[in-house]
Amino acid sequence: MDNHPLELTINGKTYKTAVEHRKTLADTIRENCDLTGTHVGCEHGVCGACTVIVDGKTVRSCLMFAHQAEGCKIRTVESLARGDELHPLQEAFIENHAIQCGFCTPGFLMLIIGAYENDPDITEENLIEVLSSNLCRCTGYQNIIKAVRSASGGLLAIGSDADA
Amino acid sequence: MPERLRPNRKRFIGESVTRLEDGPLVTGRARFIADLNFPHQLHARIVRSAYACGQILSIDVREALAVDGVVAVWTAADMANVPNIPFRATAIQGLGPYTQPPLARDRVRYVGEPVAVVIAEDAYVAEDAAELVIIEIDPADPYLDAFGAPPEFAPGHSCEPVVINKGYGDVDGAFADAHRVIELDLSIGRHSAIPMETRGLIARYDEARDVLELHGAAKRPHWNRDQLADLFKLSPSRVELYENHVGGGFGVRGELYPEDLIVCFATLKLKRSIKWIEDRREHLMAANQSREQRHLVRAAIDAEGRIGAIDEILYHDQGAYVRTHGARVADMTIGLLLGPYRVPAYRARAHYRLTNKTPAATYRAPGRFEGSFVRERLIEAIANDLRRDPIDIRRLNFIAPEEMPYERGLSALETEVVLDSGDYDGLLGKALAFADWDSLRAKAAERRSAGELVGIGFGMFVEKSGLGPAEMVDMTVETDGSVTIVTGAASLGQGMETVIAQICADTIGTDYRRIRVLHGDTNRIPYGFGAHASRVTVMTGEATRRAAVIIRAKALDLAAEILGVDAAKLDIIDGVVLSLEGAGETLDLGEIARHLGPTSPLRKDREPGLSTVAWYHSKHMNYPYGVHIAQVRVDMETGQVAVEDYAVAYDVGRAINPALVEAQIVGGLAQGIGGALFEEFLYDDNGQPLSVTFADYRMVTASEMPPVKVLILEDAPSPLNPLGIKGAGEGGVNAAGAAIASAIDDALQHPGFVRQLPVTPQYIRRRLAETRALDV
Repeated sequence: MDNHPLELTINGKTYKTAVEHRKTLADTIRENCDLTGTHVGCEHGVCGACTVIVDGKTVRSCLMFAHQAEGCKIRTVESLARGDELHPLQEAFIENHAIQCGFCTPGFLMLIIGAYENDPDITEENLIEVLSSNLCRCTGYQNIIKAVRSASGGLLAIGSDADA
Repeated sequence: MPERLRPNRKRFIGESVTRLEDGPLVTGRARFIADLNFPHQLHARIVRSAYACGQILSIDVREALAVDGVVAVWTAADMANVPNIPFRATAIQGLGPYTQPPLARDRVRYVGEPVAVVIAEDAYVAEDAAELVIIEIDPADPYLDAFGAPPEFAPGHSCEPVVINKGYGDVDGAFADAHRVIELDLSIGRHSAIPMETRGLIARYDEARDVLELHGAAKRPHWNRDQLADLFKLSPSRVELYENHVGGGFGVRGELYPEDLIVCFATLKLKRSIKWIEDRREHLMAANQSREQRHLVRAAIDAEGRIGAIDEILYHDQGAYVRTHGARVADMTIGLLLGPYRVPAYRARAHYRLTNKTPAATYRAPGRFEGSFVRERLIEAIANDLRRDPIDIRRLNFIAPEEMPYERGLSALETEVVLDSGDYDGLLGKALAFADWDSLRAKAAERRSAGELVGIGFGMFVEKSGLGPAEMVDMTVETDGSVTIVTGAASLGQGMETVIAQICADTIGTDYRRIRVLHGDTNRIPYGFGAHASRVTVMTGEATRRAAVIIRAKALDLAAEILGVDAAKLDIIDGVVLSLEGAGETLDLGEIARHLGPTSPLRKDREPGLSTVAWYHSKHMNYPYGVHIAQVRVDMETGQVAVEDYAVAYDVGRAINPALVEAQIVGGLAQGIGGALFEEFLYDDNGQPLSVTFADYRMVTASEMPPVKVLILEDAPSPLNPLGIKGAGEGGVNAAGAAIASAIDDALQHPGFVRQLPVTPQYIRRRLAETRALDV
């Protein structure tokens, strides 16, 4: 199979590479763009560890081909912190012990940020529904929910640089 | 030093501080094994059996080898010199013939068994080529129900290599004299740990140093290093194992599997780095499974409900091969079955049987999730038979605090079971008050009278933790005043770096953020016993405390000389040695470390370096204990069970970081609820696995998880270590099956309704039909 030229815009930066048409967005972000914060947990779109934001929508990057994302604005977990300054949701995950092994964490962060950007006034019920799209095997979710609650005020602020 | 003399000292033991681990994990800068690459690496893809049982007639690799980018395709014939995977965890003899070869030899025994391996320049190409390997198999009938008579595994070897017997006392006499005999037939489904990160390895042969490196190690790096050295006939000094960030373990990750041997073989042969990352479908048919057991259990009781004897027959489905744990799970199921109860006579037989399913080993609370379900079902059946409250029956049979330490007369994990401490009745009372038991029961009854099927369930358990035999740490105060601790234990994401740092910081008198805990590198420390059996906080924790005591004494000794103050009048606060009287000069730990440098004149005859090694040896495990209380609602139409509310009370002796203990409990509970209601590896009649995606193997999400209240108790510190620590990793999962089964019985007002786990909607509806038919 042949590689085809590809230009991806991730976290405001352009990556020029060439991959096969069949290569997933997740693998391309990780292997061709060296952004390994996006994790691959199931490769069939259930676990959500590979969740990224593409043109404002949260997607499973294991279910999308990299070439399909050409021309889109892609955001990954690496976009959240500004240098050493963590995003309020990252801080909240730490403060609320919402992390154990941390493998699912980037996917949850992007899932939650995407949900709040789409609906800053998301109800508790809808939040749980959204959180149930991703799997965590360590925490039992309770501390993730606590973290979201404690950060939700701070989260609203990020809408302004959503497309960074 | 008396506490009153150290008023300014900041405490870290017992504080819910944030974790040292989280920075890289939250920013995407962590390095899990799939994130690691080496120059010129190759990729391995395993070709797996599509049949559960059969003779290999031929393997044709020509087409696969012809694919551009494929470097090698190997079968068992190419790896003939590599021995089978060894096992460690058993004193039981005769299991050797049942071990697994790295690639199937002559026969396949489960779907997913490695038969060939493709090595290619690219992971996608390796996967393409793997599909072109043609394996011809003459299928045979699989053996799938371990309750059925075992066939032959190989000529002269039955599929039942051993029946494990345990027990004591006059069981037959007790049954002959019994007021009543209560009998149950209970089953637990096949589960696994399913960490969110699949397994992965990179083997790298470093020709310059003549060293075999294995990256992606976890759980037991040192044991695995020694075994790999032995298998490949290398000196242990030429095998190095490295742990990366680890995406969850829960028992399954970090054992030696076929893939470990395959990638090591490949790198030694090809002299290039070999990367293998498991995909999820593979994981669900290749990583260790656990839990599948059937229990025929009987209790002899007197008229009050006192247990006179328990007689248990266990059928354990080991799957296709004996793996690294030997018969440990079957063995400890019967060794630890009795929980908190006094049982004057006991007899157990565990039929350890090999079937044609994915091999089994340990998964969080192995043998205890199962055993607690069985024991607590039995207690409730006794209560129901006598029309007594099950809580009263429990109280009647508890071992009393003054009987501790209590020798069971049984063994588990190759140690004698000696319950070290515990106030079971005290904890039960606190748990009922904490959960507001009477009010929960009353509200459930009200809702039932309004037509809802709501029930409250209870499960009591005794865990085990702190498995020895030993652990060492190597502790050094650096010249910048920070402290480096090297341990042979491992991190699986549980927060061990933080907990070990807290113990060190608290003992020395510095900040836990100045402590760096290094682990998972066999080069840094000669010995290590790993992370399993809820042992790290106990074993590495106590070794750390001992080392910190020595470091503190060394620091004060030199500081006393330099400052001209009696050491007894000095303290270390926030990393600075100062006089308790508050006046005079100070010295920070970094300065003292410099003064103890090899060329420092102030050192005099002292050993160079502000550093030490300390060991902790322990012959016995210790035994935390607790209670699960569940509230469930059953939907009669669909058979779906929802867990509405949950409480866990757990006595861990001493909680170093209560927030992390609570996180262990809640996280464990999510797995326990999964095992009680949703998760099960199903196989069809041909032995084809039906649960190879996350759509079929259903784990708990945020929607299914109830609010959980956790009560952490420290009423029964372990007498086996000075801090009194017991392990916290497995209590959250332990009695979940027991409590949820009990709650479903209560919701349906039908004692003894639940006889197996998981309680799926299909099971509820089938049992309802059965029990209605009986009622007619």
